[in-house]
Amino acid sequence: MQINDLLNHTSEWLKGTGPNSDIVISSRIRLARNLNKYPFPHWASKMQLEEILVKTSEAMAKIDMLKSSTLFRLADLDAIDKQFLVERHLMSIEHSQKTEHKAVLVDDEEIIALMINEEDHLRIQLMQSGFNLFEAWDIINRLDDALAGLLDYAYLDDFGYLTACPTNTGTGMRGSVMLHLPALVMSRQIERVLAAIAKLSFTTRGLYGEGTQASGNFFQISNQVSLGHGEDEIIENINGLIRQIIEQESQARQILLSKNKEILEDRINRSLGILRSARIITSQETIELLSMVRLGSDLGMIKDIDRRTINELFIITQPAHLQKLENKKLTSDERDLKRAQLIRKKLNLMST
Amino acid sequence: MLCDICKKNPATVHLTEIIDEQMNELHLCEDCARHKSAAMEQQFGLSDLLAGMADFEKPEKDEEKVIVKCPNCNLSYADFKKIGRLGCGGCYVVFRKYLAPLLKRIHGSNQHAGKAALKEKNISRPARKMADLGDLKAELQKAIQNENFEEAARLRDQIKKISLEQDNA
Repeated sequence: MQINDLLNHTSEWLKGTGPNSDIVISSRIRLARNLNKYPFPHWASKMQLEEILVKTSEAMAKIDMLKSSTLFRLADLDAIDKQFLVERHLMSIEHSQKTEHKAVLVDDEEIIALMINEEDHLRIQLMQSGFNLFEAWDIINRLDDALAGLLDYAYLDDFGYLTACPTNTGTGMRGSVMLHLPALVMSRQIERVLAAIAKLSFTTRGLYGEGTQASGNFFQISNQVSLGHGEDEIIENINGLIRQIIEQESQARQILLSKNKEILEDRINRSLGILRSARIITSQETIELLSMVRLGSDLGMIKDIDRRTINELFIITQPAHLQKLENKKLTSDERDLKRAQLIRKKLNLMST
Repeated sequence: MLCDICKKNPATVHLTEIIDEQMNELHLCEDCARHKSAAMEQQFGLSDLLAGMADFEKPEKDEEKVIVKCPNCNLSYADFKKIGRLGCGGCYVVFRKYLAPLLKRIHGSNQHAGKAALKEKNISRPARKMADLGDLKAELQKAIQNENFEEAARLRDQIKKISLEQDNA
């Protein structure tokens, strides 16, 4: 597989299927693992980093579950390719910087992604569409077992899996759920919800993980604690919290529908109108308007555009995706023009 | 819209800063945003936060923390405090004394309860002892609940012995 092959492919997590997919975009689990004896990436020599890269990628090549996947060495990729992988959530922003001796392995369905030499030697990631953490855990657990059979993990009975940063020690697990919460935002209840989440030692982040701003009503919620609880227990805790948030968002949507239906319909259709006719549009405005269109589609107010098309638009209107589609470097002004053109094409095609 | 900082280039990056509960929106061009984010990282990174937490430690034996280095990777506890990252798996054994309370503060626990690594050959001895101690304490609780005081006394003595050995080690 080449990077360009991904361009015509819909990532599993964008399919808009799976449980509660009107509110939950995707579920993700990642495990942090390190090799015994080797220094963690930030403290390792270049030679050691290269050895780690070779050892881990050789192990991956032997695993059945990873048969149809491709390893990309980041040093071989240009800036647009790297950003492209970040936009598809196949690697972190951190991984795309200082790329020597780093790699990412991606499976054809874009369900599995393994980062080599990020903050830890291995970051194993599993993505699912909709609210589906247990299934994600089931797959990633098997993959982790297969890797553990081939690699000597840094592990202690009492501290569990040892990681560069003590905030990940123990299970090395972070479960995240990406939620779309427009009704809670519009009814100004979101601050209260986010404050409650923080109190329960969960974190909220934006679309692109650590350090990013929540935008377009998208929130990524994940566990903070990784030590002292079993993986099942951590997932059950996240699930319990997410179920409550889904419930609150559903209620907020119903209240908006019953009390402010005309205003809501107006906002949703105006958003669609702008997207269908704009000639210049920024990615920020795109995300905000698409968020409203998605809500319209979820509530049955917009019938001619399916969820998958909307989800895809969120990704292909991002800067690196636009540049890959055009096959050249574009300035931000040029991108705003191309973005508007692409959205018009996709959305107007559907209605005819 | 022009960039809030240089007022020359068009703003394409939109940031929300929250300082003292005051929300402030910034619209920046790509260049200024890059500078700004580098400055923010310098101002306050996760490593500072962790180093701050590590500083809650009692000041005793501070010298040891500076001098003792992990024999596997050469990182000292002072290095850890500076960068907020450990050097290798071995650091967890060498700095166990300081890390156990730090992990407890971060996670509310310092006893792993999740899946075990399949290969067990490289687990160091002190780790096993700690795990034993945890098990013994749980058994002691159970014995007390069941009012099995003879068993409880035996377990208590055993726990005392292992703890003493660990302190002397």
